[in-house]
Amino acid sequence: MDFSQQLSQYLLSGLATGAIYALIGLGFAIIYNSTGIINFAQGEFVMLGGMFGVYFYTVHQFPLVAALLLAVLCAAASGVAFERLAIRPMRRAPPLGLVIITIGGSILVRGIAMLVWGKDTHALPGFSGDEPIILSGATLLPQHLWIFALTVLLIIANKLFFQYTITGKALRACAVNQRAAGLVGIDVRRMVMFSFLLASGMGALAGIIVAPLTMTSYDVGIMLGLKGFCAAIIGGMSNGIGTVLGGLLLGVLEALGAGLISSGYKDAVTFIILLLILFLRPQGLFSRGESERV
Amino acid sequence: MLTVKNINTYYGQVHALKNVSLHLKQGEIVTLIGAYGAGKTTILNSLSAVTPVRNGEITFAGEPIQSLAPERIVELGISQVPEGRQVFKPLTVEDNLELGAYLRYRRREGRARIRASLDEIYRLFPRLQERRRQLAGTLSGGEQQMLAIGRALMARPKLLLLDEPSMGLAPLVVQEIFAVIAALTRDYGTTVLLVEQNAKAALKLASRGYVLETGKVILEESSTELLGNKEVQRAYLGKEKKEIWER
Repeated sequence: MDFSQQLSQYLLSGLATGAIYALIGLGFAIIYNSTGIINFAQGEFVMLGGMFGVYFYTVHQFPLVAALLLAVLCAAASGVAFERLAIRPMRRAPPLGLVIITIGGSILVRGIAMLVWGKDTHALPGFSGDEPIILSGATLLPQHLWIFALTVLLIIANKLFFQYTITGKALRACAVNQRAAGLVGIDVRRMVMFSFLLASGMGALAGIIVAPLTMTSYDVGIMLGLKGFCAAIIGGMSNGIGTVLGGLLLGVLEALGAGLISSGYKDAVTFIILLLILFLRPQGLFSRGESERV
Repeated sequence: MLTVKNINTYYGQVHALKNVSLHLKQGEIVTLIGAYGAGKTTILNSLSAVTPVRNGEITFAGEPIQSLAPERIVELGISQVPEGRQVFKPLTVEDNLELGAYLRYRRREGRARIRASLDEIYRLFPRLQERRRQLAGTLSGGEQQMLAIGRALMARPKLLLLDEPSMGLAPLVVQEIFAVIAALTRDYGTTVLLVEQNAKAALKLASRGYVLETGKVILEESSTELLGNKEVQRAYLGKEKKEIWER
């Protein structure tokens, strides 16, 4: 395998993991934009997605689509329950307090998952087999194509939802100005719950489609959550294209770092990038100054 | 159509409204005047249920509304244009207006009817139509005020609560906005409760006024009487009354 082949291999697998990070990051951004809190439990819903996926698909042998839908639904329901039980009762707490609550919540969810499913690593078979496809010298698994297709679909759906539906616009309105949103009759609390539903559902889907590549276990949520957080930070916490680009960039850099330097540095690459962004450009790489009059 | 009886509102320990009573008749423009901190905005927020009253009674169209949620208040036909406009800046002008009709979308009212209201708003404020695709944050102050009023009107309120619509605007723009408010009551029969620092302009527009001081209503008169009242002139109508000011 010559160098250019190697490079395209890194790029492809980097883009695939990057797509996953993008989806998780969008979840962070959606909740941040409607409540102002960073939900560090986001990774746990990714984990729940993967685990419920294994549970329905391999344990109970549901058909693929049904298993996918059920897993996403269950994880999203957990997200809503999390909001109702942990976030809503503490609504008056300052954002930092709420952030700590999400960390506590994530430990709880992880613990429950460990008790229910054990500490083993579980594998989910690829959605359409594991026969590799050779593409200009790089090998690609069918699962990679699933990841690309579903991510693109989800990002487009996300964009359309926030841009064109009244509920999407209402969510954005809550993000900008909760008081004014309440005055036009938007039920802000319902919107907060809805944003948790969206974010956990999206994270869960990411967790399911990545499970055949990386395996899943009760503790994958920490790392995946932090990677998604990093993607959202690179994207300036926008619930749009910025976070998507952030995720892809992160995935590619990570793959290059792991491939060209040492695979031991894979995670270090992420955190170096995270720190650099926070130090040098905390508003994100892609945010442009918005012209605004008061 | 609106009766407020002995309401008391608190911000934590602060007693912001003390036994306030007032009433509005269908199609009236009524103004609240008073210094900063007198409780004008608090009255509007109590009516909108943003800062709920602790006791007392508010009836709107014969129904008690003091314990309803903010969105129910909007649904019943009371919309507020908040102080400082509070438009959704990163959203387009048209999105802002559509969100004004949020509850009508929720009730699955036909798109055609909401569209018709939108066209009506554009007729009232042609400048909003020119800028419909622009982000609300890029509008001038006057245009943002028009947008805030338009957004509230999209809910088709029977009672419009206006909080300081003239704040920070050029006199010509204020005239334009006040003309629209007058047209609203004339053409649509909308009842208006207007809070203004610019007491003189407000009293010229309104038929009646309430004067507030430290959370209490101290005076209720027709606008002409208030404009002629020496106390009111001294306290709220400003320096141009030399004979009083320089005594």
